[in-house]
Amino acid sequence: METPGDLEVQLEGMREYYRNGNTRGASWRKSQLRGLCRLLKEREAEMNAALECDLGKHPVESYRDEIGSLIKSVNYALGCLKGWMSAEKARLPLAAALTTAEIIPEPLGLVLIISSWNFPFGLSLEPLIGALAAGNVVVLKPSEVAPRCSSLLADVLPAYLDPKAVKVVEGGPAVSEQLIQQKWDKILFTGSARVGRMVMAAAANHLTPVTLELGGKCPAVLDSLSNSWARKVAVQRILGSKFSACAGQACIAIDYVLVETKFSSTLLELMKVWIGKMLGENPRESRSMARIVNKNHFSRLKTLLEDPNVKASIVYGGSMDENSLFIEPTILLDPPLESDLMQDEIFGPLLPIITLKKIEDSINFINSRPKPLAIYAFTHNDSLRKRMVAETSSGSVTFNDAMIQYMADTLPFGGIGESGMGNYHGKFSFDTFSHHKAVLRRSFLVDFWFRFPPWNDHKLQLFRSMYLFDYLGVLLTVLGLRKSKQG
Amino acid sequence: MAGEDKKQQPFDSKAASSLVAELRGAFASGTTRSYQWRESQLRGLLRMTDEHEQDITAALRSDLGKPELESVLYEAAMLRNSCKFALKELQRWMMPEKVKTSLTTFPSSAEIVSEPLGVVLIISAWNYPYCMRHFSFFIFPVSFASFTILFVVPTFFLHYLSVLSLDPVVGAIAAGNAVVLKPSEIAPATSALLAKLLGEYMDSSSIRVVEGAVPETTALLEQKWDKIFYTGNGRVGQIVMAAAAKHLTPVVLELGGKSPVVVDSGINLQIACRRIIVGKWGNNNGQACIASDYIITTKDLAPKLVDVLKNELETFYGKNPLESKDLSRIVNSNHFTRLTKLLDEDKVSKKVVYGGERDPTKLQIAPTILLDVPRDSLIMNEEIFGPLLPILTVDKLEESFDIIKSGAKPLAAYIFTNDKKLKEHFVNNVSAGGLVVNDTTVHLAVHTLPFGGVGESGIGAYHGKFSFDAFSHKKAVVYRSFMGDAAIRYPPYTNGKLRLMKALLGGSILGILRALFGRS
Repeated sequence: METPGDLEVQLEGMREYYRNGNTRGASWRKSQLRGLCRLLKEREAEMNAALECDLGKHPVESYRDEIGSLIKSVNYALGCLKGWMSAEKARLPLAAALTTAEIIPEPLGLVLIISSWNFPFGLSLEPLIGALAAGNVVVLKPSEVAPRCSSLLADVLPAYLDPKAVKVVEGGPAVSEQLIQQKWDKILFTGSARVGRMVMAAAANHLTPVTLELGGKCPAVLDSLSNSWARKVAVQRILGSKFSACAGQACIAIDYVLVETKFSSTLLELMKVWIGKMLGENPRESRSMARIVNKNHFSRLKTLLEDPNVKASIVYGGSMDENSLFIEPTILLDPPLESDLMQDEIFGPLLPIITLKKIEDSINFINSRPKPLAIYAFTHNDSLRKRMVAETSSGSVTFNDAMIQYMADTLPFGGIGESGMGNYHGKFSFDTFSHHKAVLRRSFLVDFWFRFPPWNDHKLQLFRSMYLFDYLGVLLTVLGLRKSKQG
Repeated sequence: MAGEDKKQQPFDSKAASSLVAELRGAFASGTTRSYQWRESQLRGLLRMTDEHEQDITAALRSDLGKPELESVLYEAAMLRNSCKFALKELQRWMMPEKVKTSLTTFPSSAEIVSEPLGVVLIISAWNYPYCMRHFSFFIFPVSFASFTILFVVPTFFLHYLSVLSLDPVVGAIAAGNAVVLKPSEIAPATSALLAKLLGEYMDSSSIRVVEGAVPETTALLEQKWDKIFYTGNGRVGQIVMAAAAKHLTPVVLELGGKSPVVVDSGINLQIACRRIIVGKWGNNNGQACIASDYIITTKDLAPKLVDVLKNELETFYGKNPLESKDLSRIVNSNHFTRLTKLLDEDKVSKKVVYGGERDPTKLQIAPTILLDVPRDSLIMNEEIFGPLLPILTVDKLEESFDIIKSGAKPLAAYIFTNDKKLKEHFVNNVSAGGLVVNDTTVHLAVHTLPFGGVGESGIGAYHGKFSFDAFSHKKAVVYRSFMGDAAIRYPPYTNGKLRLMKALLGGSILGILRALFGRS
């Protein structure tokens, strides 16, 4: 670990590099993005190996969730960069002759990205794309909980990117603590709400703006679906989102399902069938499911299930192997709502099904809990859809699918309330790492005498008429044909 | 009943907590979300401003000694225009924004829905207690003396003097939130007036005013808000943000800084000086976050600049500016003392080239110009926020950029020049909340420009639609169908699926076809 002095010297060097304008030009930014592109193509095998080592992910899962998604995002940024960088003319309401107004995006300067362990490449590089596209210099602090991925990033990024502008700092909580005490022009943090509070509190000391990508319990509302095709697809999507994306260790994974009591047994049967078909007989061997990241989290999940009332509600799965850090897909039916399982974000392959009398009750259920990062609703019912959007609050709402919103470059990805603040992805990444500077250019040719003191009733009257766009009134006043009146 | 019965009991944590609970209840009932409610409240604000303009002037005169024209007309008119603009645009702002979706999420449709954040806290500053913004009108006088037709081209520019309190309230209401407003205690008459008027004109189930000072503000900051909007100084801004961090509350901080004015030669110095003067002393006598703080010009130009400034100052405020009715006074004795300390520092007191008079009984300080103050003086190391204007001189004007960049990023920066290259260099290299070329402060009035700081001058922005956005959550909504499912997304994972996925994420139709037919 570097000494505090080392770190500060490094950061000052980066600020100097930034101040000298090295990162402002489009060609530098493009070169960085292209560098990332090449990295993703050339190092795919090593990235897969690191993900398998740290999380037991299958290469297809790695590609689908991280590498492929990043390639898509880099290409999108490359294609859009010119547009993003250009000044936006601000509409002036009237013919303000000889005046122009525009909004110019400029980099913030030295930014810090702290990423999480579950999608170690995705959550590090997706923000990095935005920070570089916006012309900043960046320090990246990957999570030490995924150590192979962290050290791979530390190794390869300097080879593909400008090492004076992008630095990887590895380490644990002590290093993060040290980092957040520094003065940054922006911090983008992905992680838990508890640490998010600490990051924002530290940022407050320097008035550093922050984007916090936190978590929550993302509910999936499953309405009665009229045909078996839709039911099958819905179940596949629910299971896929829960079990096949880092084994449920994802901020936007479905945390629990809400369903009407009368459909719960149908649902359960469908789930059992499809778990078998999708994940196979031995998901650990086939790596159709990732493993739990470490003993801490394994213990945490194990403890959730040790609550006797929770244990009693297990209807499928439940077996755990501490040696391989593997938990098989587990479904619970109506575990107690006050249990830790139903109070904390699960972040693991345990899927509670909560039954309700009417599916519309799901709205109150969701609203009585902290605002989640995502709400999923599987329904044909248009009025339920409208109510979901209008009456609940979450980072996002997705109908008839789950997690796919992460892929959309045109949608802001971020939370609200306990699930976060700010957003990114696509242009939102560029914007989150930019300052939108207002620029007004005036001419010397136009001015008017009564803009200036000394003040008198005459000038006041002129202004009164002006504001009402009463041109005739102005004319009359100037011509002396209208008496200026008191307020 | 609105406002708080502060005479009866102190507004403490308990009171703050039950206030928030009450407003949460009101928000949860959905009242503030409808277009009708938002529109009615904005109209209420308009009526309030129209019907009580006199009271507003009186309060501002009592608190700040603001000249009638400077404060009432501008402040009231600015708020009026803010409301009118919001009313005009509200329906459009409230509509979801459809966005394009690509192959990776095909088939789907998506939109971004603006929803209110909930219950928001707005803490305002004292210098512009009423509103914020201004517009001005351009007139091309053909000849004043000959009474010929004037071409009046109203613009949106205006001296801003507005109600720093109420402009964010306009945004918060337009966005459908419940609002608690804490006006500044340093302008007590205006604060009391706001409490009374908002109580009468607004829906007090969802819009409240809490008056008070540090204890009341502290009690408010302990609560969980869905957004806090603070206007004031950086020190308190840090406290606000730290309090917000406990609840993961997002913030907008409109702070300050030292807004520099770079003055080049080869320009119409008289016009430039008028604009500098009116942006400095014509704005609460320099007590404004975007007033020009200091000037940088060349050693060659400095004497002439000082002369022209002196002339114009005398034209505006007469030979005895302390007697002028057109200058606001210093808000209170604390600030008066602070400013005289800046003026009387040894290394600076001899640099006064104009003004310097002060009247402690009237809390008045005359417009004062200082030439060539040392960079390490007190006056050059804090935001002046008063009627003192130091001028720094350099050999070449390009050096001014280094001076500006060596300090914290200000809320605004200004340049007067006709040199195109210098203009562009300034615009592209000076970082500040906002920039104006060949004028000062007027960008405040442009509805379509975001008004906010960067770095130490602030976080976030507002005005016009930016206010609406500042108080909204942009919620992504995706509609997918059950058709067109890509089984390739799910396990069991195979190489075939991998190939197809690569092709899909790469977006190439040919690639997709090849993958489908097992060729890639």
